[in-house]
Amino acid sequence: MTTTPGRIERRFAELRAEGRAAFVSFITAGDPNLEQSEAILAGLPGAGVDIIELGMPFTDPMADGPAIQAAGLRALASGQTLRKTLGMVERFRGTDNDTPIVLMGYYNPIYKYGVDAFLSDAVQAGVDGLIVVDLPAEEDAELCEPAVAAGIRFIRLLTPTTDDKRLERVIANCSGFLYYVSVTGITGAAQGAQDAVGAARKRFAAKSDLPVVVGFGIRTADAVAEIAAVADGAVVGSAIVDRIAKNLGPSGGLTDGGVRDVLGFVADLASGVRRAEQPLAAGGAR
Amino acid sequence: MNKPERPNSYRSLPDADGHFGLFGGRYVAETLMPLILDLEKAYREAKADPAFKAQMDDLMKNFVGRPSPLYFAERLTGHFGGAKIYLKREELNHTGAHKINNCIGQILLAQRMGKKRIIAETGAGQHGVATATVAARFGLECVIFMGETDIERQKPNVFRMNLLGARVVPVQSGARTLKDAMNEALRDWVTNVDSTYYLIGTVAGPHPYPELVRDFQSVIGIETREQMLAAEGRLPDTLVACVGGGSNAIGLFHPFLDDESVAMTAVEAAGRGIETGQHAASISAGSLGVLHGNRTYLLQDDDGQITEAHSISAGLDYPGVGPEHGYLNDVGRVQYVSATDREALDAFQLCCQLEGIIPALESSHALAHVAKVAPALPRDHLIVVNLSGRGDKDIFTVADALGAKI
Ligand SMILES: Cc1ncc(COP(=O)(O)O)c(C=O)c1O
Repeated sequence: MTTTPGRIERRFAELRAEGRAAFVSFITAGDPNLEQSEAILAGLPGAGVDIIELGMPFTDPMADGPAIQAAGLRALASGQTLRKTLGMVERFRGTDNDTPIVLMGYYNPIYKYGVDAFLSDAVQAGVDGLIVVDLPAEEDAELCEPAVAAGIRFIRLLTPTTDDKRLERVIANCSGFLYYVSVTGITGAAQGAQDAVGAARKRFAAKSDLPVVVGFGIRTADAVAEIAAVADGAVVGSAIVDRIAKNLGPSGGLTDGGVRDVLGFVADLASGVRRAEQPLAAGGAR
Repeated sequence: MNKPERPNSYRSLPDADGHFGLFGGRYVAETLMPLILDLEKAYREAKADPAFKAQMDDLMKNFVGRPSPLYFAERLTGHFGGAKIYLKREELNHTGAHKINNCIGQILLAQRMGKKRIIAETGAGQHGVATATVAARFGLECVIFMGETDIERQKPNVFRMNLLGARVVPVQSGARTLKDAMNEALRDWVTNVDSTYYLIGTVAGPHPYPELVRDFQSVIGIETREQMLAAEGRLPDTLVACVGGGSNAIGLFHPFLDDESVAMTAVEAAGRGIETGQHAASISAGSLGVLHGNRTYLLQDDDGQITEAHSISAGLDYPGVGPEHGYLNDVGRVQYVSATDREALDAFQLCCQLEGIIPALESSHALAHVAKVAPALPRDHLIVVNLSGRGDKDIFTVADALGAKI
């Protein structure tokens, strides 16, 4: 697809020049409340995060494990809405115009907001991409096509069940990067084996020039390093969200120093991409 | 909203992508997409295979006990003094509800697909019991997801499932009812894609479930048609059924959809009253949204967050409704109304006392609507009520509501 390079493409170009993979972090917007979530968000680039995934909380996260379910419920209980999530992005852009932000979640809140209104507000706020778990390629007309037309990348999950027959269809309207879910399962499940991830990476490279980012079940800096050696990026979600949960005080918010502790943990994870072997050093298809 | 155009037939949907007009579709995670495509293929093949139909017919007759009688409810008819009321006795099926019809069809599909492990969600426990039953019959491992709230109010069914060899997994998220059980079943399915068949209990979920569950339940309407022709020499005037997800209703309605003389009313659960916000009436009081794989009417807030349903009957306690019902509402073919907990309880007792039949609380919602309309209808007006299940499972809930100790 020929689109003017956006923040996501610029970021991957920079990383390619640096010769390393991207560190991608996931937090749920509004977890545990708007103010503290915003403080964490603002600190992510400084902690070494290359791309931010920001979860849009939903009452019925069918593909998420207990950690991210709980994060969504904390956010909703504190009054988070999709409008407030877009507000967070807009304020973030006041100080950072380079770090890509990808909103991740489920379709219903967007559908209720109204697809056109949502896309126009998301562009306005500075959102770069969308991952909507329950919109497979078969439903591309709903949001994927209008999003791409509005200049927002539509990133799709590829899974071990995505066989060669489906791959072309699934990749066809995908932009920004490919997100490989290395295991069949919900977020927070076990990590996929490194060699299987590498094999999948090669399979996708034959069909697409898009970078391949790998997620689900990555919890430590070592695991980040391992994945970064065979992919263009590694995503950590549940482990960060668990760290937020660990810092909760009796009032439901983070205790003093909680934001700092979470960001320290993120910085440690981010070090994984900086010590990994250079990915696809032998000149993979980029 | 614009009313969709009247189609040549109401019975030709869904389209190839699983849409009933605006409704339906396949809103699932990529991991599940290949599975539901496989299921669709297996279903098309089974439908075309006479051996599948023969196997199904045999089980329906000898295992389930079909056909279920169409029974003239003489005393209810006399009591209301108007329309002539017939009960379609699905409560006499093996396991005590219509749920088994669908389970027989799907377990045969699971077998054809070589699946070894069956999962299902359940609210009232009727679908769980029916699933556990067919899994036992075919020697397959069975795991049932059930909200903790429902486990509490449907204890007899939980024990039944255990006796049948199923493992009942208590679901602790959300309001711990049917919706949450369905989320958890979907999470299990995404994790165990190779071994597992998800046996959905109603006409919801992603395509092709709403279609295939409807087809398996249509035996209700097909029999009713023949039985009514035999009893009265003509088609019924009005069909009434309760709607949770909508499988017993669509099963009764679908074979009659193109018979213009037949009116149809589906009864949602109004819980403590629509105005209280504590109800499960997603068509009467909900709005369009996407949940559990399809677009339909949902109970939700302005931010698109799903709100909790309430009904005294666990089987109707779901904040959505099958997509075909959304469509049939919008085209005006089926009328959607509601009945409260109180009205259902009254109808429950009336049916016990006048007909010697203890109806399920779910089915009592349909009876409650009949109580409202039958008196004013002429004596030659033929009403069929789908008595979707028996109420033995509900006696604790009813005792509680009536302040009785057992
Ligand atoms: C007896 C009975 N009737 C009705 C229902 C509601 O389901 P549906 O609307 O799919 O028929 C249930 C669900 O558990 C049930 O047990």
